[in-house]
Amino acid sequence: MRLGGYRPSSRPRRFDGLWLVNAPFLLFLILPLGALLSRVSVDQLAATLVREEVYRAISLSLTTASMSVLITIVFGTPLAYLMARRTFRLKRVLDTLIDLPTVLPPAVAGVALLLAFGRRGIVGSLLEDWGLSIAFTQTAVVIAQTFIAAPLYIKSALVGFTAVEREFEQSATLDGAGSWAVFRLITVPLAWPALLSGAVLTWARALGEFGATIIFAGNYPGRTQTMPLAIYIGFELDLDVALTLSVILIASSCLVLIVAKGLLQRQPVENGPGD
Amino acid sequence: MKRDLASILAAAALLLAACAPAATPALTAVPPSAAAQPVDLTVFAAASLTDAYAEIKTNFEAAHPGVTVIYNFGGSNALAQQLGEGAPADVFASANSRQMEVAVESGRVAPESAQVFVRNRLVVITPADSTADVATLRDLANPGLKLILAARDVPVGQYSLDFLDKAAADASFGAVFKDAVLANVVSYEDNVRSVLTKVALGEGDAGIVYTSDIVGDPAKDVVSLEIPDALNTIATYPIAPVVDSARAELARAFIDYVLSAEGQAILENYGFLPAGGGSQVSHPAASLSESGWR
Repeated sequence: MRLGGYRPSSRPRRFDGLWLVNAPFLLFLILPLGALLSRVSVDQLAATLVREEVYRAISLSLTTASMSVLITIVFGTPLAYLMARRTFRLKRVLDTLIDLPTVLPPAVAGVALLLAFGRRGIVGSLLEDWGLSIAFTQTAVVIAQTFIAAPLYIKSALVGFTAVEREFEQSATLDGAGSWAVFRLITVPLAWPALLSGAVLTWARALGEFGATIIFAGNYPGRTQTMPLAIYIGFELDLDVALTLSVILIASSCLVLIVAKGLLQRQPVENGPGD
Repeated sequence: MKRDLASILAAAALLLAACAPAATPALTAVPPSAAAQPVDLTVFAAASLTDAYAEIKTNFEAAHPGVTVIYNFGGSNALAQQLGEGAPADVFASANSRQMEVAVESGRVAPESAQVFVRNRLVVITPADSTADVATLRDLANPGLKLILAARDVPVGQYSLDFLDKAAADASFGAVFKDAVLANVVSYEDNVRSVLTKVALGEGDAGIVYTSDIVGDPAKDVVSLEIPDALNTIATYPIAPVVDSARAELARAFIDYVLSAEGQAILENYGFLPAGGGSQVSHPAASLSESGWR
């Protein structure tokens, strides 16, 4: 009572020093988004949305990002499980390798993909002999997106799998369940919030992929011109297109982050089967 | 005591004398004002000028000690846009008059201050070890050929489409040719250099770039195929000082150097056509504003 009713946590003062210190950076985060949104009206948004190149960029982006997520789940889930359950030599090397695309400049990834899967590339030249050409196709877009965005899912799944207590898996095994059944019926259900939030984040990152795509897949409306490419090219030719697509990407990114964060809050820390 | 002071003074004088010779040559070589402090000159220049302008920078800096030329290379459209958004710059060298006009409209370049300093023309390129047979312009219409163009908002991309339009109007090619060629396009790149790189890498069977792009090092990986004058577009490059430059005099000196015989010779070495002379000067943006420029 010496402090005369001062309760530090339940009633924070409005403008104390901590808020003041943080205000410039918060403003810095909000200002660009606000500036962008202030330039777009609803009418203009609606008018631009129906234009063919905008519509095509959106549908191409949605398709390719979803494909990338599917591929990531198929190949990333076993990898995450391997990393979570086994200890082996070079595990840290593999861990670094998985992280690499997230810190690599996407343009570097684009060049690397071109040299691997391009027509004269290591793998690409073999495929070319079979009449398969990847560069400048939708496949190239998906490859670029998967390469850049997959680590987000794998890392999230790895955390999810690690959090599943092995006792549950072991007791199921003792009850006679095969390892596939254990994985399907015990591990995945327990880890699903992490898996889903990882998938959603990967989807959003794939949606925003630009650097690797423009180098490896090129820019062709309707075929390889995803939303970010249309924004980049449209920025100079048609600001309306760039603004509309930017608003869509901001909205979808916000939505994805909210969903992912919501899911992760449900991730059981000390989990039990009933959670 | 007095003697000591005298000897100290003498030593100081000697020291000063020792220092002086080292300082003097630098002071006599350049006007005092220029030597006072290092100056940066920011030049926004079209991506196609990259190599030629590197040599111009070396010579210009040698002639103006203390001056550092800082380039911002990019598609002219992007540069004009950046200028419009207020990017600090002293000189703008565009690959076409249209983007110079954009800079004029945004108030960063004074009307009629731009001068054509060089010209360029289009050329078809194919990878040096290409398997697809592109021997004549007609082969660009071969089904399955992978053609890489620059996007139409980049000057060279618009010129490439102009070439196809001219071919479509030409009886020996016809509209069928244009449609077939456009059907072969696999990518519209955001600048001329990535067209060159991707063709050199063999990712495309053919591409359209400027003649100046295939001089020197990049030329070894590509083979060029000339586009006749009647179908070609001669691109004119205007250069202008930026109105709000704090280094207007230096900007002027840079432009004068680019326009000088020495500057023109450098540009010619890199595959450009000199600014003056030449019979055919045709470019689509001419109607926009070209009248103001000589």
